[in-house]
Amino acid sequence: MSNRLKSIEHEIIKCMKCGNCQAVCPLYKETRAENAVARGKVQLAAAVLGGKLDYTAELAHRFDLCLTCMACVSNCPCGVRVDRVVLEARAALAEKRGLPLPHRVAAAGLARPALMQMGMKAAGVTQKLLFKRGERGMSPRFPVGLDLKRVLPALAKKDLKEQLPEKNAVQNPVMRVALFAGCVTNYVYPGVGLALVEVLNRHGVEVVFPKEQHCCGAPLLIHGIKDTAKEMAASHVHMFDAAGVDAVVTVCGTCGEAFRHHYPELLSGRAKDAGKALALSGRTYDIAEFLTDIVPLDHTLLGPLDTHFTYHEPCHVGRGLGAAGKAEKLLKAIPRATYSPMQDPGRCCGGAGSFSFEHYKLASQVLDRKLSDISGTGAGVVVTGCGSCRIQLNDGLAQRKMPQRVLHTVEMLAHSITGAREEGNYNGRQ
Amino acid sequence: MLQKEIINELVKIMGKENVITGREDLLCYSYDATPDVPDPLPDVVVTPVNTGQVSQLVQIARQYKVPLYPRGSGTNLSGGTVPLKGGIVLSLLKMAEIMEVDAENLTATVQPGVIIQDLNNAVAPHGLLYPPDPGTVATATMGGSVAECSGGLRGLKYGVTKHYVMGLEVVLADGQVARFGGKTVKNVTALDMVKLFTGSEGTLGIITEIIVRLIPAPEARKTMFATFTNLSDAGNAVISIVKNKVIPATLEIMDQVTIKTVENFSQIGLPTEARAILLIEVDGIPEVVEQEADTVLQVIQNNNGRVQMARDEQERDNLWAARRAALPALAQVKPTTVLEDATVPRSKITEMLLALEEIAEKYNLQIGTFGHAGDGNLHPTILTDERDKEEMERVHAAVKEIFEKALALGGTLSGEHGIGMAKSSFLEWELGAGGVGVLHKIKNALDPEGILNPGKMGFNGGTGHE
Ligand SMILES: Cc1cc2nc3c(=O)[nH]c(=O)nc-3n(C[C@H](O)[C@H](O)[C@H](O)COP(=O)(O)OP(=O)(O)OC[C@H]3O[C@@H](n4cnc5c(N)ncnc54)[C@H](O)[C@@H]3O)c2cc1C
Repeated sequence: MSNRLKSIEHEIIKCMKCGNCQAVCPLYKETRAENAVARGKVQLAAAVLGGKLDYTAELAHRFDLCLTCMACVSNCPCGVRVDRVVLEARAALAEKRGLPLPHRVAAAGLARPALMQMGMKAAGVTQKLLFKRGERGMSPRFPVGLDLKRVLPALAKKDLKEQLPEKNAVQNPVMRVALFAGCVTNYVYPGVGLALVEVLNRHGVEVVFPKEQHCCGAPLLIHGIKDTAKEMAASHVHMFDAAGVDAVVTVCGTCGEAFRHHYPELLSGRAKDAGKALALSGRTYDIAEFLTDIVPLDHTLLGPLDTHFTYHEPCHVGRGLGAAGKAEKLLKAIPRATYSPMQDPGRCCGGAGSFSFEHYKLASQVLDRKLSDISGTGAGVVVTGCGSCRIQLNDGLAQRKMPQRVLHTVEMLAHSITGAREEGNYNGRQ
Repeated sequence: MLQKEIINELVKIMGKENVITGREDLLCYSYDATPDVPDPLPDVVVTPVNTGQVSQLVQIARQYKVPLYPRGSGTNLSGGTVPLKGGIVLSLLKMAEIMEVDAENLTATVQPGVIIQDLNNAVAPHGLLYPPDPGTVATATMGGSVAECSGGLRGLKYGVTKHYVMGLEVVLADGQVARFGGKTVKNVTALDMVKLFTGSEGTLGIITEIIVRLIPAPEARKTMFATFTNLSDAGNAVISIVKNKVIPATLEIMDQVTIKTVENFSQIGLPTEARAILLIEVDGIPEVVEQEADTVLQVIQNNNGRVQMARDEQERDNLWAARRAALPALAQVKPTTVLEDATVPRSKITEMLLALEEIAEKYNLQIGTFGHAGDGNLHPTILTDERDKEEMERVHAAVKEIFEKALALGGTLSGEHGIGMAKSSFLEWELGAGGVGVLHKIKNALDPEGILNPGKMGFNGGTGHE
């Protein structure tokens, strides 16, 4: 158990306690409490290792308070992988203390694709009972473990798996790729998957969509549920290896990180999976990377869009995958579209997967700064590359009654390519 | 543990949310940025939101004789905020308002928890600047930097924190609130108490409000980067730039160990055969800047240096990259980074650099040196591992010898990081018994019970790691 932390000791002792993380930690900015910032968390981990602290409930709460946005990691002079320290600490705490009930239920759902599929379907039907539909989405009717003010997106009437065929072929393909959609794209914003197929097909890329795919496992890993995450990793590694494709393309930085970083690490101890995981890791790309480095965006396909947009860089696309600035550059190529960069596009929006559900107030404070930056640009459209950011941004925009719409990078590109003038979600070929 | 009634009284003053007692949270206030010092837990951490609360809680501390440790961002490098004898850590981070920017009198009034960079962001629209810029501008507080009298990269031309503090509000050890100085450029009313509290490291009073001087931001700047194959050439260049009546805003040096480490770390094309690199920036009125840059170029060439001048912001950024990478690169070599700041008169820079190389060899240690050459303020950085007891003994011996050498050259123990607990045992070397005696008399007069930051600067039984 404590050998979990032991396994990360080399990261913990690298911290020279300079406090540079204070300058960039979104949570520290709000609370100004040392326990919120990376230096504090690393020292807490060190204290546990040194036998000065037990695996207490309070300690678990402290480690819960992290957006895993990695701003500290990229600002750390000593190169401490704070994200890894936090995840190992959470895993150790989960083993020692067990998980709180909501995490257990959610984890069970995410881990069993069939259950999730059914649950989400049922949710689609029953959401009318629990939620009231507003202009911008759904608000809970009763306090179902969610803040009543919160505006959540409605689940898609038809999820992506129901809409998108397994095989999306083109003549003489230049390449065959597999789409990994991720939960939010599959159940909430299926238009993102459709847009991706549209854009890639036009580039002569065949897209297969393995239907058995499920949650990438990152949400479990982030809550310290490592063993289940490992099984999910193995399942995907086999599935996508068997697809025999040239590349795996993702539309969410966290999913991308799962394939590129977490799977090889989770499976490193299993001889039969390790090699495959590593190979898959080497050919996984976020859509912004893919259209920059692998099959470069064909500018002659782009049609004009009379849109004024800004761009929010998701933490795990920018810092996690190291693809900062790539989506921005693609979007800037769209004729007639006006781009106004926001202040600090890479600062976390506070969404961070389920963080915003569990710490609504704090997450909203973090979000408030982002909303001010958005409104400072005067743009009417916010483009981003992650479904979780999109949920968070949409909630904030609705709360503040701001008019902006949120789109995924690949939806913007699809609009430009197909000539669809409206700024809504991508609805597939009209 | 503190008596329950003390905690209750603190809660009465500040409310529950500002009185922290959980072990997990206390642990986060047991350290600052200093390596190789003890890290005992405080009994309680308080976060007052106004001067009245600070005054009241100081009275409680005094009544019960409980030690108090003022704390800003905890980035100091001399153990200044470590709660050495238990008691109350007093975090000033919730008093963080920029109260006024007075463009007519060129002053700003701030609470102690304001971050230096935030002040600069607030005065920039007025075309003004608050020059003190320690490497931690983006994290350090105004209160902490005043209490530490921080320096930075612009010290040579613009001076250090004490040259900008015009007025202070201080809560004294008996809870009284006193104000000294103000917005006037001239003020000789009685003793200069503003200077006394500036750099007092939290041992004489709690700073609760600060009036600082601002200057018009320089309009133009030129940045140059010079490499030398000979250490004394670099040292001579530093001396003769100033002798030629040019005072650069920045005049930084990196030694060969640092150059090699940076290059190894970030591959930015530094000449690893160079014995030293200087980074020079002149700023001010455009015409003057042109002239000064010419003089600097001339001086460097006369001293066998190879020079590069930035033509635009992008090139400036590239030249600065090496200097910015110095500490990060060194810090990644080994787990523990002991950063000293012994300082010598500018004319002794070469001698000090050579002595540092000898000390590194003698004690078989890795020491990379960089720093503010123009100020004679070097940062010999010892790369080590706290867990290696034998090596740590050699580190302590080397540090001692660095101090000896700096003092022998007419320098000082600390140019900007302060004495805290890390250097207190060496104070007598520099000040003599008489000088140290004066410190104690002042301390006893202002804090007779010894409740303010005990164990620092040699007060109340603090002797550092000796
Ligand atoms: C990577 C790195 C680079 C650095 N570079 C520089 C540099 O270039 N130049 C330089 O001079 N320093 C430098 N420092 C040291 C440090 O950042 C400065 O001393 C800084 O100003 C301290 O500010 P702080 O808010 O962190 O103060 P803290 O560390 O919290 O406190 C410093 C001292 O002030 C006292 N104190 C704090 N607030 C108050 C108050 N309101 N009233 C009374 N006493 C108070 C504390 O008790 C303590 O003794 C560096 C440190 C690091 C880690």
